[in-house]
Amino acid sequence: MEYHLTAPLSKAQAALLRAGDKVLLSGYIYTARDAAHKRLCELLDAGRPLPIELAGAVIYYAGPTPARPGRPIGSIGPTTAYRMDKFTPRLLGLGMLGMIGKGDRSDEVIAAIKQAGAVYFGATGGAAALLARAVRGAQTVAFAEYGAEQISRLEISEMPLTVVIDSLGNDLYKTGPKSYLQTIDTAE
Amino acid sequence: MREINVNEISRAVRKLYVECSYHLPPDIEQAISEAAAGEPWPVARDILAQLKENLAVARQGVYPICQDTGMCCVYLYIGQDVHLTGGDLSAAVDQGVREGQAEGYLRKSMLLDPIERVNSGDNTPALLSCFIVPGEQLRVVVAPKGGGSENMCRIAMLPPAAGIEGVHDFVLQTVQNAGANPCPPLVIGVGVGGNFDHAALLSKQALLRPLARRHPLPLYRELEQTLLDDVNKLGVGPQGFGGATTALAVNIEVLPTHIACLPVAVSIGCHVTRHAELII
Repeated sequence: MEYHLTAPLSKAQAALLRAGDKVLLSGYIYTARDAAHKRLCELLDAGRPLPIELAGAVIYYAGPTPARPGRPIGSIGPTTAYRMDKFTPRLLGLGMLGMIGKGDRSDEVIAAIKQAGAVYFGATGGAAALLARAVRGAQTVAFAEYGAEQISRLEISEMPLTVVIDSLGNDLYKTGPKSYLQTIDTAE
Repeated sequence: MREINVNEISRAVRKLYVECSYHLPPDIEQAISEAAAGEPWPVARDILAQLKENLAVARQGVYPICQDTGMCCVYLYIGQDVHLTGGDLSAAVDQGVREGQAEGYLRKSMLLDPIERVNSGDNTPALLSCFIVPGEQLRVVVAPKGGGSENMCRIAMLPPAAGIEGVHDFVLQTVQNAGANPCPPLVIGVGVGGNFDHAALLSKQALLRPLARRHPLPLYRELEQTLLDDVNKLGVGPQGFGGATTALAVNIEVLPTHIACLPVAVSIGCHVTRHAELII
């Protein structure tokens, strides 16, 4: 299936999606990667407010190249997601409903995705110039001192994504290669 | 003896760093096109088509191919009859990286300390390796390397009895464990022999070899082909969504080693295995 969705997401929207579906995502999302995740969890530990609204939020694991003059952003593909696994269940528990990254997630994260009724999207790693064209605007929200690792709020239009882990815990990284290999076995 | 001013090396590094951040080597782009033409799995064909389109967008010179414009690995092959003048060589290489980062709007990914994690602010320093070779030329190779694929590189000090099967199995296991993380389809560089550190460096240099050039010795040429076939039978596919195209090439390089040793290093290059070079 192919869906047009707008972020922030609702639980009903997330529940529709199945691993392997294509999604063209519009609306507003946040960037956050290694350093920003660590800092967000330190703020939570200290009982302090977060600089972003997590309810229904989609977080894009990405650190873009610097924007050229007149452009909202530079190249912006996904970074490898497992490095955020340590922090993810906590953010899901606080209402985050979507993540965009590449690469597999831990069993703990998959369980937390099911529990929260959330979704993990894959953006094509290394297709960063293509993905930049889906970004209409970018605004620094927090941790500007981290440079490429800061949290930005992106306005996006029809960013091409694939559902990798759905709210039932189906994982395209397991089912995709398996289905492909079955077709090869059948052919032989 | 020939004198070369280190400023010439700065200029070369700057030029090559920007160039290869926007233009993939033609042989790798061609390998992606050929893989797309032969790929039986529809999802994989879609991804490969996206990669081709991405390369076309990047070529226009506004957006780098990948947002991870890498740690700037620089390899200098310095003719022994060359005398370098005009200042410190590594400072000159770093100056080239600094200027290339600014000119190309490349990402500042380098941290000055691995634990404190403070950004250097200009993507310096370079990761510089120098080799002294015969002659009076200086070959400059720039190969920016992304962090996602770098994290999937592995090394093993195998018992010599493991033999060629041991090497084969370690490479295959490394690719299987990496899964979708390093952005397949991959270029796989393998360094066999030497010692712990030389094997690792050799595997990185193996990533620089043109994809059409196979190992001159039949033993390793056959291993390259067997490994490529077996890696692609894993079914990981582009982005890990399944498919026939997990790797574009396996390049093996070998070195003499100790009677007790069989080091194997596997450098994983993503589908954006950038490199560019020129001769001064």
